[in-house]
Amino acid sequence: MGETPIAEGLFEVVDGAPRLIGGRRKRDGITVFPMPAGPEGRLYDPVRLSAEGTLWSFTVQRFRPKSPPYAGADDEASFRPFAIGYVELPGEVIVESRLEVDDFAALRVGLPMRLALAPFALAGGETVTSYVFRPAA
Amino acid sequence: MTDVHIIGAGIHPFGRHDEMSGLDQGVFAVRQALADAGLAWEDIQFAFGGSAAAGNADAALPRLGLTGVQFINIANGCATGGSALLSGYWAVKSGEFDIGVVLGFDKHPRGAFNADPEASGLPRWYGQVGMMLTTQFFANKITRYMDLHGITPRSLGLVAEKAYQNGALAPHAWRRTPVDFETIMSSQMLSDPLTKFMFCSPAEGGAALILASDRKMRELGLKGPKIRGAAVRTRGEGSFEVFAPSLNITRGPSPTQTASKAAYEMAQLEPKDVDVAQLQDTESGAEIMHMAENGFCADGEQEQWLAEGATKLGGRLPVNTDGGCLACGEPIGASGLRQVYENVQQLRGRAEDRQVEAARIGYSQVYGAPGLSGVVILEA
Repeated sequence: MGETPIAEGLFEVVDGAPRLIGGRRKRDGITVFPMPAGPEGRLYDPVRLSAEGTLWSFTVQRFRPKSPPYAGADDEASFRPFAIGYVELPGEVIVESRLEVDDFAALRVGLPMRLALAPFALAGGETVTSYVFRPAA
Repeated sequence: MTDVHIIGAGIHPFGRHDEMSGLDQGVFAVRQALADAGLAWEDIQFAFGGSAAAGNADAALPRLGLTGVQFINIANGCATGGSALLSGYWAVKSGEFDIGVVLGFDKHPRGAFNADPEASGLPRWYGQVGMMLTTQFFANKITRYMDLHGITPRSLGLVAEKAYQNGALAPHAWRRTPVDFETIMSSQMLSDPLTKFMFCSPAEGGAALILASDRKMRELGLKGPKIRGAAVRTRGEGSFEVFAPSLNITRGPSPTQTASKAAYEMAQLEPKDVDVAQLQDTESGAEIMHMAENGFCADGEQEQWLAEGATKLGGRLPVNTDGGCLACGEPIGASGLRQVYENVQQLRGRAEDRQVEAARIGYSQVYGAPGLSGVVILEA
């Protein structure tokens, strides 16, 4: 696995397990992901989000997204469809994520999911680390 | 304050027109609207216009006439056309002007809209990993809705089937050949559960409307539908919108729900009063969700409505009588005005083979990025 994260401040590893870093707005306690950067970030406190949640919604990306902004190392021929969706972290926030599943047909609203880190190969040749959610079972 | 009427309407057919710029199509629509009302550009006191990808709307001025008219360019995402109309409505309603034109046009490259994380205030990684696609948003929204409210993929297919049936009857539509249900369901899956024929495409086109005060309309000896209600609303804290890396755990109303409520209140009308509706159908699921978000049925009732053909021509509430975005495509700047154009045709009894009998109240709702909705309610 590439050691370089796809972006700074997106996730961290705590006691060997990955956690996403969100932001809790000081004004009203609303939690967002990712933690806002720059001047806007001063209005938020960083918060480690729960690594487990339930699938809120999902879809399967069946065609290769346009580059830019997509930066995967694949091309039209080698592209493989991938699942993406939203995972509800109870009491915190609903986060969007790529989903890793063996069988797209297994996806259903309410499915227990757990955060993991996964390599992501960039078009430039570098492989970085990004986050995904996988079925918890 | 005066009532505001639409006394002229013009449209350049939507679709692909390699020999014409977006501006050409906008100018065409304005000239057609003027001819429709029997007016000259010199009669026009103000204009609001916009396009998302085809340049400044006021580039139309050298062609229409450098009369010194007040012309304001509008840029408001997918509600650009709806916002031009709303601005024109206020200009007349306030008594500042008696007569003006609102226009919208566009010309987009083929394929999905381009997405730029920075322009949307998003981090670069969001686009890099392949999460910045409008198609994913629509698929995610309808997936959850189908799960919560018992909507089946069959209903998605029925919406698209109806769109292409209606498009075949509308001279300004792009896709004018019916597509059968099986073809729709078995066409390429783009973003589950939505297939290729369930999505609209970026397109080209132009639309223009002439607005006038009640007094001016009578003075000119003209007639036209009255604007009973008009509202644009943006996303609230708990709404689900395109390009959202996270959502508030506390869910709230959509901008369509808030714009709809405001327009009904302004019009002092209820959903049951509406005879014909044009609802944003970026894809089949959007039309289904918008049926409920605009108050026409409860969540989940769409399944039965569609099975019964309630939203087809001849049904209880015909929806997207010109085929909507699915059959017309979506030139962003023109799309909301195309909906109003179609309602004007319906309310004037000029919709020919797609005419809704005795239509008196016409409702239109345009919705899109970055999370805003525009509603217009007309009375014949």
